[in-house]
Amino acid sequence: MTDTSNTAFVRTETIPPSPPPAAETGAIKWLRENLFATVPNGVLTIIAGYVIFLALSSVIPWIWNGVWNASSLSECREILDGTRGACFAVLTERWPQLVFGLAYPSDEYWRPTLAFFLLFFAAAPVMFFDLPRKMLIITLFYPFIAYWLIWGGTIFVPILAFAGFAAGYLVYRQLVTNSFAAGFLGGVVVAFIVWWIAGFLVPDGASDNAMLSPVASRDLGGFMLNMMLGVTCVSLSVPIGIALALGRQSSMPFIKWVCVVFIEFIRGVPLITLLFVASVMLAYFFPPESTVDLFLRVVIMITMFSAAYIAEVIRGGLAALPKGQYEAADSLGLDYAQAMRLIILPQALKISIPGIVNIAVGLFKDTTLVSVISMFDILGFIRGPLSSTTAWNGIYWEVLGFAALLFFVTCYGISQYSQWLERRLATDHR
Amino acid sequence: MSSITDPDTGSFRLSMLINDTRYRSLTFQAIAAVILALSFAYLGNNLIQNLRQAGLNISYDFLGAPSGYDINQTLIEYDSRSTHSRAAIVGILNTLLVAFLACLTATIFGVLAGVLRLSNNWLVSKLMAFYVEIFRNIPVLIWIIIIFTIMTAVMPAPRAFRGDEPEATMLFGAFAFTNRGIYIPAPVWGPGSIVVVLTFIASIVGIFVYRRHATKTLYETGRLLPTFWPSVALLFIPVILMQLILGRPVGLDYPVLGGFNFSGGLQIGAPLIALWFALSIYTGAFIAENVRAGIQAVSKGQTEAAGALGLRPGRIMSLVVLPQALRVIIPPLISQYLNITKNSSLAIAVGYADVTATLGGITLNQTGRAIECVLLLMLFYLTISLTISAVMNVYNNSVKLKER
Repeated sequence: MTDTSNTAFVRTETIPPSPPPAAETGAIKWLRENLFATVPNGVLTIIAGYVIFLALSSVIPWIWNGVWNASSLSECREILDGTRGACFAVLTERWPQLVFGLAYPSDEYWRPTLAFFLLFFAAAPVMFFDLPRKMLIITLFYPFIAYWLIWGGTIFVPILAFAGFAAGYLVYRQLVTNSFAAGFLGGVVVAFIVWWIAGFLVPDGASDNAMLSPVASRDLGGFMLNMMLGVTCVSLSVPIGIALALGRQSSMPFIKWVCVVFIEFIRGVPLITLLFVASVMLAYFFPPESTVDLFLRVVIMITMFSAAYIAEVIRGGLAALPKGQYEAADSLGLDYAQAMRLIILPQALKISIPGIVNIAVGLFKDTTLVSVISMFDILGFIRGPLSSTTAWNGIYWEVLGFAALLFFVTCYGISQYSQWLERRLATDHR
Repeated sequence: MSSITDPDTGSFRLSMLINDTRYRSLTFQAIAAVILALSFAYLGNNLIQNLRQAGLNISYDFLGAPSGYDINQTLIEYDSRSTHSRAAIVGILNTLLVAFLACLTATIFGVLAGVLRLSNNWLVSKLMAFYVEIFRNIPVLIWIIIIFTIMTAVMPAPRAFRGDEPEATMLFGAFAFTNRGIYIPAPVWGPGSIVVVLTFIASIVGIFVYRRHATKTLYETGRLLPTFWPSVALLFIPVILMQLILGRPVGLDYPVLGGFNFSGGLQIGAPLIALWFALSIYTGAFIAENVRAGIQAVSKGQTEAAGALGLRPGRIMSLVVLPQALRVIIPPLISQYLNITKNSSLAIAVGYADVTATLGGITLNQTGRAIECVLLLMLFYLTISLTISAVMNVYNNSVKLKER
């Protein structure tokens, strides 16, 4: 090589790295990549930005100017004095009725509130498996405690109901070692015998001076009613749904046929017609002298409704299991009940959990439909008693928005839980 | 479960009914049948006793009696002297109308939102995610009532359109948004309009013929003919020409303010709009999720392979991604259509005269024939549901992946 001193210039040190151009860093780069990548994209951004601006510019002042203390809509308007603003005073004034309904005795509000908070302790061990298994005891007792807290009356009813279940379970434990069918049938029969005897044990006037004063079902209302219907019907419909799904997959033609007809029938009609059945038709099918209250009739119909949908989700889970699992269960010499309980259902249910949660969310939203058959759940209360009072006649957005917010928070929470569960249960390493 | 058959062990014993797998399923089914029959007998017996006590019987005679109530929105001729069965048919047609309209618009909303949610544009995709979450997590009944409230409480009354300085003005002088509904121009079929209609039908046929020709040319010669603009031209130009030549036989009847209300034009009532719009945007949010899942289910390699072949983005979407995504999208789409049809029964909350409101509402209350009305109602929805799912399954099978 020639002498380098003859060449004009050769750099001897490396150039220090310089920062990227302004358009390629930080916020500007992010904006360019995510909002203004191409011309049509930029136009879309501007349109979307304008839509957001329009929405926020009308909603934010409305909420900001909101009046929280007034006794009627006209008083609200006086305070607002022509400026645009919400009248949230209706929420503060009518809060107990929005939550507990019109007729629930106000001295007893602590009872449903306590039941609501206990619900978290009861649901927690079912929802989060890391919690100590002993907490399931709370779940076991919860339905009876909650029933007693909300409806009040004599404590004998929930205790004897529990006794029936306990006796049934003990008999089942004894007989199940022989065969599942015998255990199951024996348990059911014993439970019914205990309940039948219990019917004579509760004296007639037991509820009159009970610890908790009795509350009639028709006095229940507000968001509490939605919660009660949602929780009761979902928890009742899961076991029925499992049974229906197994029945539909069964090799016994008669049972399969019954399940198929039931599922397709329920899924083919809207919930409203089933609620009509509950409110105007179902009473005809009970014995003439009995009066089954509307709440129970609605629970029966909604449970049937969601059980049919849950059955289809679980059927999907059963079908998604590889055939090898069924064959493996057979090869171990397990009978049908054992195979289902120990091998098939745990896996099938795991697959169907997100679907079941979806159904639960949908069902919870559908509990607002009871307002159509004049039960005063939160929506029924807003549309009926609230809008017909002179003080709050003509108020829409605040109360409807409040109801929407309640449902949104609950449903969004449940769906986030479902997504967490899906990630948590993803045991296949893909 | 596969069934395992026990070997034949000779003579029949009674215990084999429960212990032998050959007979066990029969035993269980017999028990189930007996229990089912007993419960039906019990319920039927209660029903008969209750009906006798109330002095009722099951009879469908009321369907022939005059209904005695008016319906504000009807597709066929109807007045209060018509029979209950005609009121039910009016309701059925109204249900079908709103279900059809809502299916159409929900699909449009859903596809738009689903595609936009996958957009590279951060703002747009977040906005669509917000839309989907908001609508999926709030009951449809609340949405129906909110939109009905907007229609009835926020829109101006017809009298706001009156006077020299009206508070509200009609859009293009033809559309009026009032609290009673939306008034739009109605078509008037003058003499010779049949020719225009026939021309329109012929244009549609022409478009199909042209598209087929374009595809054939593409396959035979590799030459790509334009399809979009010629189709648009074919659709509009002959009809407009024919309309001008014949001296405008198909006219428009504009709504005009007269007396207390608009006259002329076509009124779309507030309940119909509330129900239609609410069902569309609510179900649109669900369809958006199905569309998104469907598009995401097509592996990225497909897009890349199509790109490597030199296809343009629009063609990648229409020729490669969408045909594959549709297989994933269509089954849930069917159930969304079914949901729309069933949710249209919520019409009763806003006073739209669908079949639930006529047959299951006023007729039931007037005649007290609860059992008959509810059974007929269920039968109707069951028929509709089974028909929709049958039709859509046929379509689903036709786009199914052909595996060999």
